[in-house]
This record gives sequence, C-alpha cells and structure tokens, in this order.
Amino acid sequence: MKQILVISGKGGTGKTFFSGCLAVLLQKKVIVDCDVDAANLHLILHPEVEQSFEFIGGKIAFIDKEKCTNCGACKEVCKFEAITEDFQVDELSCEGCTICHYVCPVTAIILKDRISGSYFISKTEYGKMVHARLGIAQENSGKLVTKLREIAKEIAELESADFIIIDGPPGVGCPVMAAMTGVDLAVAITEPSVAGIHDLKRIIELTKHFNIQLKVIINKYDLNSQMSSKLAEELENSGIEVIGMIPFSEEILESVKACMPYLKFSKDKLAKDIEKLASKII
Amino acid sequence: MIVSVASGKGGTGKTTVAVSLALSIENSQIIDCDVEEPNVSLFLNPEIEEKIEVKTLIPEVDKNKCNYCGFCSQICAYNALSVIKLDSHGDVLLFPHLCHGCGGCILLCPENGMKTGYRTVGEITRGYKENIEFIEGRINISEVLAPKVIEEAKKLIKPDKIAIIDAPPGTSCPAVAAIKGSNFCLLVTEPTPFGLHDLELAYEVTKAVKVPVAVIINKSENDKIIEDFCEKNNIPVLMKIPFQRKIAELYSKGVPLVSAIPEYKEKFQSLINFIKGIEK
Repeated sequence: MKQILVISGKGGTGKTFFSGCLAVLLQKKVIVDCDVDAANLHLILHPEVEQSFEFIGGKIAFIDKEKCTNCGACKEVCKFEAITEDFQVDELSCEGCTICHYVCPVTAIILKDRISGSYFISKTEYGKMVHARLGIAQENSGKLVTKLREIAKEIAELESADFIIIDGPPGVGCPVMAAMTGVDLAVAITEPSVAGIHDLKRIIELTKHFNIQLKVIINKYDLNSQMSSKLAEELENSGIEVIGMIPFSEEILESVKACMPYLKFSKDKLAKDIEKLASKII
Repeated sequence: MIVSVASGKGGTGKTTVAVSLALSIENSQIIDCDVEEPNVSLFLNPEIEEKIEVKTLIPEVDKNKCNYCGFCSQICAYNALSVIKLDSHGDVLLFPHLCHGCGGCILLCPENGMKTGYRTVGEITRGYKENIEFIEGRINISEVLAPKVIEEAKKLIKPDKIAIIDAPPGTSCPAVAAIKGSNFCLLVTEPTPFGLHDLELAYEVTKAVKVPVAVIINKSENDKIIEDFCEKNNIPVLMKIPFQRKIAELYSKGVPLVSAIPEYKEKFQSLINFIKGIEK
C-alpha cells in the first residue's frame, strides 16, 4: 500500500483539483482530506457520511466563579494571556496547558475536554473517504490530521487498498508535517510565479527534513512559460523529478464550478494528458 | 488602524491586495503574517534593516537538583517531556517541537530543578520600501509555533500608522492570531464553490474575533454565488478584480497590481477611506 500526499506550500495552486483527478484515476484507494481547516475535496467528491465522530483537541480551562477569589494567580502564570481582566478564560487564546489549574489556590479552575471539530468516514463513488471539519478558530489541526490518517490506514488495510490519497493543507506548518510523516511519495503542485516557487522551495526543504521522496507538477505553466521551463530545469538538476506540466485552463475552472473532478467532468485531450501525467506517479 | 487581509482559501489574492493597499496609501506599514509561506517581500523588494530572532521558552533541566520524580512529564499537556528513572540516576527527555512554552514544568517542579531556556523558532525581518515599513514573520522549517512568530511580528505595529496585515490561509490558530485585534478585515475570495466555502469559514473566524469585514472578489466574472452570500450576511463587496491574463502574468513575475495597472491605486485609496469612515 502506497501513501501519496498532494501538497504545494502556496495555496490555490491546484492541490484539490489534482487529488480529485487521482481519486478518479486510481483503483482500490482510500481518500483523505487533510486540509482540515479549509477542506474543499468534499465539494467535488460529494461524500455520503457513514460515521461521524467528535474530535477532542485537548483541554480547556474553565473558572468556577463560585469558588474564584479573583486572586490573579492564574493570570500571572498564563503565558498565552488567556485569562481576562475579570478572570474569565478567553477560549481563543487558551492553549490548554493546564498550568492555571495547578496554581489556583482554591481549586476554582476545572479542565474540560475541548471539542475542536468533527471527523467523518464517508463513502463516495470513488471509494471510502476520511475527512474532517475543524471548529472555527480551533487548535491542534496537526493532531486531527494524524487522527484522519490513522483511520484511513485502518480502512486501507481492511479493504486491502493499494493507495491512500492525501489532499494536503497549504503552508509548511504543523498540519502539513502531520500530513507528510511517513508517506511514500509527496507530489507538489506548483505554479510559475515568484510566490509559487518561493513556497515550493520551503516544501522541498521540509520533504528533505522528513526524508520524503518528492515529485513536482507545474500547473498553469503557460502563465509564464519561460519561468516554468527554467524551474523544471532547476528541479531536474537538483534531482527532483518534474512529472509534467498542466496549462492554465478555463475548462478546469468550469469543472470546479460544476463541483466535479476534472477527469469525470471532461474526456478531452487535456484530461487524457492529465491521466498520462498522473500515471507517472504510480 | 489595523486592517488585516484574509481569505480562508489559499491563492485567492491576499498578498496582491495587501501589497497594493500598502502601496496606495500614505503612512503604511505592511506585516506579513503568513509566516509559513511569507510572500510580501517578493512583490515589495524592501531594503532590509534588521532581523530579529523569535525565541520561545523551553525548560532546561538542572541535573544537580532533578530527582527524576516524573512530575513535569505528568503535567505537560503536550507530552513534550519524558522522564526515565533508573536506580540511582535517570534522564529527562525534552521533545522541543511539542513544547508550547507554557513554562508549567519550570514553575511547578517540586525540586525547583528546571530553568528557563530559549529556542529559536523563526525570524522577524524589518525594513523599508520607500515610505512603507515592511515587517515579515518567517517560521523556521519543521517548527510549529506559527502563532508565536505572528504575535512577535505584530508587536512591531505602530499605532500612528495604517498597518496592513497579510494573514495566512485557513481558519485555525495562525489565521486567528493574525486577524485578532484588527480594526477591520478584508476577505479576499474568488467566485468558485471552493472560494465561497472557505469565505464562509473565514467569515466565521472574523465573527469569533469580533472584527468587521468586507469582501473583495478576485478573478471576478460571474460572482452571483459570492454576492448572494454577502447580501444575506450584510457584508459589503468593496472591490472586484476581474481575471485578466495580463494580471496573472504580471503577478507571476512579482509585479504588484497597482504598479502594473495604476488605475487600481485610486480604488484602493477609496477602499481605505471607506474603512476609515466605518471606523469613525
């Protein structure tokens, strides 16, 4: 079983579009959307939720006003400035370190489980899908990503699947690292722009740090063909395989608007080209 | 006044809007809070004056005092400490990437056997592009404390300036850290189901942090789905930037929108005037 992660660094380069293509193309797979705070893959794969679960992200402090003497001990130790002037817990700032609970002299601070979101096991016409919705302004997206991947792996083993397709989050931070650990291959979707290339370089650094094999697709390559060829050459020279280039296409945009994976939406030449390109990663 | 530029979805044009705003108005400061992938400098090419390391607190074990009781490991909510006790000695293992720097272990060690140490997790860069003050937060690769780097960058905001914050995508802690405390937030979106879905989420974030919003539609063409959402929620749509191949090509090279098409300068100026009007 092979775990394939689709990432980009920069947002909006076409991760979800490409993950959708893989979902249509690959047989025997489990699909995971690891962009837990702004998930989009469900918009084109239309999962039917079979099981849903609450995600406990950590602890949150709660001050019992009956017991609190306003002594200020909690406020003094809180490194996250999460205790307000009138001794309430600012839920947006509390990182659940629980130290206030230990220092409170009158045991007025209770620790509660923090329900930070929900996650789902669903079926789609392309196979099983594991996805989530992190609550607004919640923490611990990395922990949720890890949870999704554990479940996907269990399902994949149960179904003797050949692939796990992981639609990754943008950036290089905690959810990206959680999505990347232990995958067999990362496919970075980039675009020929100073920002796209800058962000790709940070993704390359990250894959090196985790010792993960990386292949690159240059999307919307014709928005700056010269930059695309130069980038492809540089990548090949540094030992990173560029598996192909995809042109900027109104048709792809139309498939997103129609909420369909491109390879389902169209059977045109571009779709054939994408199929050919995607087959290179298997 | 602090105006943040956010979106939920990545790649909708946050940096384009933030940079163009900063270039269109007097007395501006731009703070790149997309610390995982900061891009403002690529469009602004500022002269760098200063780099400041962002440090986070970590515990350091005093081997002379520690008796390996394991209390620090029990109370650490992030599982960042592990204590091994053998007959006469032991070891305390710190997993620095898991540590949030709460300082609890240092404060609560029964033997007073932990000292405060520091670890670098990122860097703040400060500079100028003509009259625009440039500030960038950048987290080191493989580090996770993005909110810490964002907060340090935001400490350099000057109240007498118009501070423009380029926020990261998403709706979790880094986005919240960037938007929190703003006087106004501009949500940049695009007229696709992805754009709408993530706009809805980003709008929820701004409600949670109680920041008033307006929307900018980038790659504008048939905007009905976005306009319907905005109308339903009473969100003003302040600007539309149509998709033009020329804009995309110039963006690709790192040319700011207002430098490529100077007519936009006036539009961004009236945008700021509109926000100032609401603020008053």
